[in-house]
Amino acid sequence: MAEVSNNQNRHNAMQTQGHSLNKSLPEIRKNGHKSRPVILRMEKVCKYYGSHTVLDDVTLNIRKGDIFALLGGSGAGKSTLLKILAGFEQPSSGRVYLDDEDITSLPPFKRPINMMFQSYALFPHMTVEKNIAFGLKQDKLPAKEIKSRVEELLGLVHMEKYAKRKPHQLSGGQQQRVALARSLAKRPKILLLDEPMGALDKQLRSKMRLEVVDIIEKVGVTCLMVTHDQEEAMTMADHIGIMHHGCVIQQGTPIDIYEAPNSLITARFIGSVNIFEGNITSQAADHVVIESNPLPTKIYIGHGITAALESTKVWVAVRPEKIELTKEKPIAEYNWAQGIVDDIAYLGAHSVYHVKLPNGMIVLCNVANTARSAERPTWEDPVYIHWEPNVNMVLNS
Amino acid sequence: MNTSSSTEKKIKSRLKGTGYFALAGIPAVWFLLFFLIPFIIVLKISFSEADFSIPPYTPLTQYAEHILNITLNFTNYLSLLSDNIYLYAFISSIKLALFSTVLCFLIGYPVAWAISCTRQSLHGLLIMLIMLPSWTSFLIRIYAWMNLLSVNGLLNSFLMKIGIIKEPLIILNTNYAVYIGIIYCYLPYMILPVYNSLRSIPHTLTEAAKDLGARPAKAFFKITLPLSKRGIFAGAFLVFIPVIGEVMIPQLLGGSQTLMIGNVLWQTFFNSNDWPMAAALAIMMLIILMVPIRLFNRMKATEELIRE
Repeated sequence: MAEVSNNQNRHNAMQTQGHSLNKSLPEIRKNGHKSRPVILRMEKVCKYYGSHTVLDDVTLNIRKGDIFALLGGSGAGKSTLLKILAGFEQPSSGRVYLDDEDITSLPPFKRPINMMFQSYALFPHMTVEKNIAFGLKQDKLPAKEIKSRVEELLGLVHMEKYAKRKPHQLSGGQQQRVALARSLAKRPKILLLDEPMGALDKQLRSKMRLEVVDIIEKVGVTCLMVTHDQEEAMTMADHIGIMHHGCVIQQGTPIDIYEAPNSLITARFIGSVNIFEGNITSQAADHVVIESNPLPTKIYIGHGITAALESTKVWVAVRPEKIELTKEKPIAEYNWAQGIVDDIAYLGAHSVYHVKLPNGMIVLCNVANTARSAERPTWEDPVYIHWEPNVNMVLNS
Repeated sequence: MNTSSSTEKKIKSRLKGTGYFALAGIPAVWFLLFFLIPFIIVLKISFSEADFSIPPYTPLTQYAEHILNITLNFTNYLSLLSDNIYLYAFISSIKLALFSTVLCFLIGYPVAWAISCTRQSLHGLLIMLIMLPSWTSFLIRIYAWMNLLSVNGLLNSFLMKIGIIKEPLIILNTNYAVYIGIIYCYLPYMILPVYNSLRSIPHTLTEAAKDLGARPAKAFFKITLPLSKRGIFAGAFLVFIPVIGEVMIPQLLGGSQTLMIGNVLWQTFFNSNDWPMAAALAIMMLIILMVPIRLFNRMKATEELIRE
């Protein structure tokens, strides 16, 4: 019970952080994540091209109504995974289930899954209207029904005025809306988005992110997106899977992934992070003490480690915004070090200080620009960095 | 479309003044020297009368007793209309060109499509193989076909040896041989533009069509085929226009029933030594070809040929 409510809290917290602009959340999203049925299940999916492993034993459960983002660098295998779901590629082994039905060998044109392609793949010789109607025509729906459905979709994406235009007469954002409408036309059980913002310029991206999420939520479709842009994943999705070398190495809400990464790869992939390599010197049920070379003091972790450790060697990750920068020496016994300001990146609301420790290691530290600039440390100033024992994360891989 | 017109403007503004005219002048001079002037000469000859002199036609203008006499002779054009043989030759040329174009399309399109479906690294090799035969002399290839198709030729002896036929097939010196020769020679002109337009279609478009529920065949007819329309037109005109005036292939492979306007022209010029009639025929042929050439430009098929 406790776990469920905790999860719900997280989920709600994520909602406020991720896309607070949405007021019209469908009923399904208000329910806890765990209470929703799994709609898409990938079981031990592998894909090899010759001796090259692209997907390595991927098991993934996606719940109804989720917006799930697969996040990973190029070559992580996320596009292949999407192709397998769309039916363009067959997995070398493993099964894919949709609503408990095995769809692994179903051809793409028989799957109730539609995709919004990265470059949209709008049919250049058809008008906006005909592009959207294409899928419906394949189902041999009566013309009247197609017409009303197309109008409904044009309204949904605010493109009524452009029904008769050809794709090349539209802007990038408009093309994306048409592509989204086309992929939603057949009311798919799963909507796949391949790098949804990849073809847009930066300014349009943040606007379209919210707009696309808004439309997806209005429709209530389960959505799996693939992206290499962590900001995109964090703002659009309510669950994220981190992909690396063909494996999904961590799944969770954006907050889970950011606050509690389970490996160095995840910690480094999402946001920026300071990593201290060290050895465990003492370990108790409620705390761990770690000795790390660059730091004059020991690192105190405010919680015990449950995982079995093969060696005492661990890494401690601390986010830059969790580190406090002071001119005075901290009174604490643990978790601090002295250094000099090597560089300052002024970002408006906050600045990122690059603090050089005596052994040369650079520690990043975010400082909110609330105080007046004269009172803030400047280049070459000797400073102290310090963090609370409950904000750092211990990683053993 | 926007980008092409804007680059055009850019090029124009950069070449403003003498440079622009010099550059535009080169094709203009070429056109004048090698098309317009010869055309006017041919036009002039077509209005004169055959004569036993050198050159073998009567002059169009005569200057006698301070009076300039211009004699325009329309009999050549009139006999073009009255003599059935010319009409028949025109019709059979157009028919042959039309059928050859359709056959080239039916054979060439699948070939182009197959090439575009292979690995990118193979494209160059396959296209080179398509073009390879045209690196040999055209005449030698036609002579080779004569050998292959003749009564005692390779094809007949092969078919008789494996026992499919008992009597040799008569192919050479029939219209079949003409079709074989024309399709053989003109097929690359269909394959290349079609391949070029197919290659420019992103494969995600057919994937999208399948994703939206279209079976592969449907995706082909709804997406691939309409998007390669320009390549098909370009190929069709590249086959149709030269085949109308084709001389050598009907001459060498065709028989007595093969009557084509190019051959009629050839005979009129070289055998009958009737230059004015031949000139009138040439002018007529040009007028007939204006129709497909106009269409060709209207379809912007040239864009398909010059596109990278």
